[in-house]
Amino acid sequence: MKFVDEYRDRTRVQSVQRELASLVEPGRTVRVMEVCGGHTHAIYKHGLGELVPPELDFLHGPGCPVCVIPMGRVDDAIALAHQPDVIFTTFGDMMRVPGGKRSLLDAKAAGADVRMVYSPLDALAIAREEPERHVVFFGVGFETTAPATALTLLRARTLGVPNFSVFCNHVTIEPPLRTILEAPDSQVDAFIAPGHVSTIVGTRPYEFIAGQYGKPVVVAAFEPVDILQSAAMILRQLREGRAAVENQYTRVVRRNGNPTALAALAATMELRDTFEWRGLGWIERSGLKLRSAFAEWDAEERFTLPGRRIADPKACSCGKVLVGAAKPWECKVFGTACTPERPLGTCMVSSEGACAAYYAYGRRS
Amino acid sequence: MKLQDDVVTLAHGAGGKASRALVEQVFLPELDNPLLAPLADAALLDVKGTRLAFTTDSFVVRPLFFPGGDIGSLAVNGTVNDLAVSGARPLALSAGLVIEEGFPVADLRRIAASLARAAATAGVAVAAGDTKVVERGSADGVFVNTSGVGVVAPRVQLGPERVQPGDRVLVSGPIGDHGIAVLAARGDLKLELDLVSDCASVLRPAQRLLALGDAVRVMRDPTRGGLATTLNELATGVSIVLDEQALPVRPAVQGACEILGLDPLYIANEGKIVAIVAPEVADAARAALGRRAVVIGEVRAHDPGLVLLDTAVGGTRVVDMLVGDPLPRIC
Amino acid sequence: MVVREGDTATAEVAGVRRSISLSLCPEAQRGDWVLVHVGFALATIDEDEAHKTLELIEELGEAW
Repeated sequence: MKFVDEYRDRTRVQSVQRELASLVEPGRTVRVMEVCGGHTHAIYKHGLGELVPPELDFLHGPGCPVCVIPMGRVDDAIALAHQPDVIFTTFGDMMRVPGGKRSLLDAKAAGADVRMVYSPLDALAIAREEPERHVVFFGVGFETTAPATALTLLRARTLGVPNFSVFCNHVTIEPPLRTILEAPDSQVDAFIAPGHVSTIVGTRPYEFIAGQYGKPVVVAAFEPVDILQSAAMILRQLREGRAAVENQYTRVVRRNGNPTALAALAATMELRDTFEWRGLGWIERSGLKLRSAFAEWDAEERFTLPGRRIADPKACSCGKVLVGAAKPWECKVFGTACTPERPLGTCMVSSEGACAAYYAYGRRS
Repeated sequence: MKLQDDVVTLAHGAGGKASRALVEQVFLPELDNPLLAPLADAALLDVKGTRLAFTTDSFVVRPLFFPGGDIGSLAVNGTVNDLAVSGARPLALSAGLVIEEGFPVADLRRIAASLARAAATAGVAVAAGDTKVVERGSADGVFVNTSGVGVVAPRVQLGPERVQPGDRVLVSGPIGDHGIAVLAARGDLKLELDLVSDCASVLRPAQRLLALGDAVRVMRDPTRGGLATTLNELATGVSIVLDEQALPVRPAVQGACEILGLDPLYIANEGKIVAIVAPEVADAARAALGRRAVVIGEVRAHDPGLVLLDTAVGGTRVVDMLVGDPLPRIC
Repeated sequence: MVVREGDTATAEVAGVRRSISLSLCPEAQRGDWVLVHVGFALATIDEDEAHKTLELIEELGEAW
């Protein structure tokens, strides 16, 4: 496949491996955190952890938007799904995430009409096909996905679709990055910035990491060669005593991002004062909600939700894993009380969570 | 994994860990007997020195008609294949249909014709059958169950316990065709592609492989849960290490999986054999399994119980068993 | 991207085709490669930049 195979080429990978080896200082560990489920997944899927020098440590941050949805909000989704005449539409990976007790998949088993969709536009299409029912779309994702919801809302308004609403749980990338940098036990030396979020927001939002905190940032694409090359760019910066935002994903990411997408977001959504992130707690101005002009398509306005807060179990170490202060296998309940089938915490909840990825791909005897 | 659910969910139908938990914790405690215990593709019954293989399978695929097959051909080939990889020559099948009130007779005729054609191709007779009709809404068009019995030749000994370090793992052709073809045929993901299900009888390649004798350790037909799930079932006391670059995947399946975030290793097949053979017969096994067959990995002594993948870029990762369901109602 | 009709287009990869929205990427033309996510094209893939990235990596290879 074009634009994919070239970046998986073994010879190229080996070239970058050699460069990495030349850039590390023997014995000095460098901790590089990526904050994108796609990067977590790619690193494990291709076994990249083994291909880098031992001094380079990949940390997996809160880049999985599915993982960070609090259990109480999942319960709200389930409550919506059980409303009479509601068709609850969602991306596939949200279906197995448990709330306080059950998941959307369980709700479906109990009779709720829960349907998997690939795009919010498909959800809107269902609403138009079934005027007697009300379609709710579970909007989950960072700035990569939020514009799709935004555009769907604009379309719903243009077409005047009355039986469609969005349960908005979109989140933004910058605030959790600050949270990680401010965390007292944080050990991050540099960041690999999310590739696809950056196609929307550009590279500017990360400038504070280099400017204020003096840590290198490289915006990376997703293939093995890209991720390794980005690591090399970081090591080079560290070696040269620099801290800047560099773009490795130049084939797709531009400094100003996607203005059309940002405009659509601004037109339809605004930041909540505060939003709860599973494992990280409440973070100010990090979650998106629909603007009042779109109240008609806001599931939180059209329906009354339980709105209960459910705390993570005490045994859960996700908070530490998410800021890079602990590894999955260092968590007391990893693999025992907490497994992908029965996840206790956010890091195990989706296949892109650090613990789930390690459990599925990395665990050896 | 421990079964903690009080209701059955679609995850239990995926063929992965949840399915296994359902069988092991609900049915085995009641039904446990030495014939059932191996939980292989077919049970082996000894009738005065002749071994019979006996198997059953139910088919709930949606849509009922898809590129490359339909529930009729699927139902026949599914059971024929379970017998074939158990080392048996099929003797006869039964077919039981549960039909929903309102189902068009014309469609039923199509399914019957397809059942007949598939049985004829596999050289087996549908010797017994049953039909039931249920109220509208109680079945999704039609559900089919087929059971099959076959004769296993005296010298044939197959089973995962026979697998040894150094053995080679082969697959008879590209993986993931059936699951993706059916998923695309459903229409809700709005993907268009040129792909047909690989739904077919594997009896002939299985028989050719059996001719290689003891060197053939075990065969399976990897259906729901994909190649990954089947290999995990076979890695008992040993590990299986796969070579990512050797895995045969059609571009359309690769493309669809990239778009949907799926892994071909976990997608259902309905016309493939995965075989583990002694290294000295690897070439002969490849020839026996057909022109698209390929060696995809090796059995090793380290990391027993694990299936590992040597990635194309030089790393290694674990290929775990499927937990829940990426694609419901594929089979 | 193979066919364009106003705001929607058909994208194709490895023979798999899907209808996508171009609302976020109005400048995309037939024949362009686009990054697609949840039914929307997010950005066009700049072939020159793609080559530059690969060249950089090749240069590394030569250095060793």
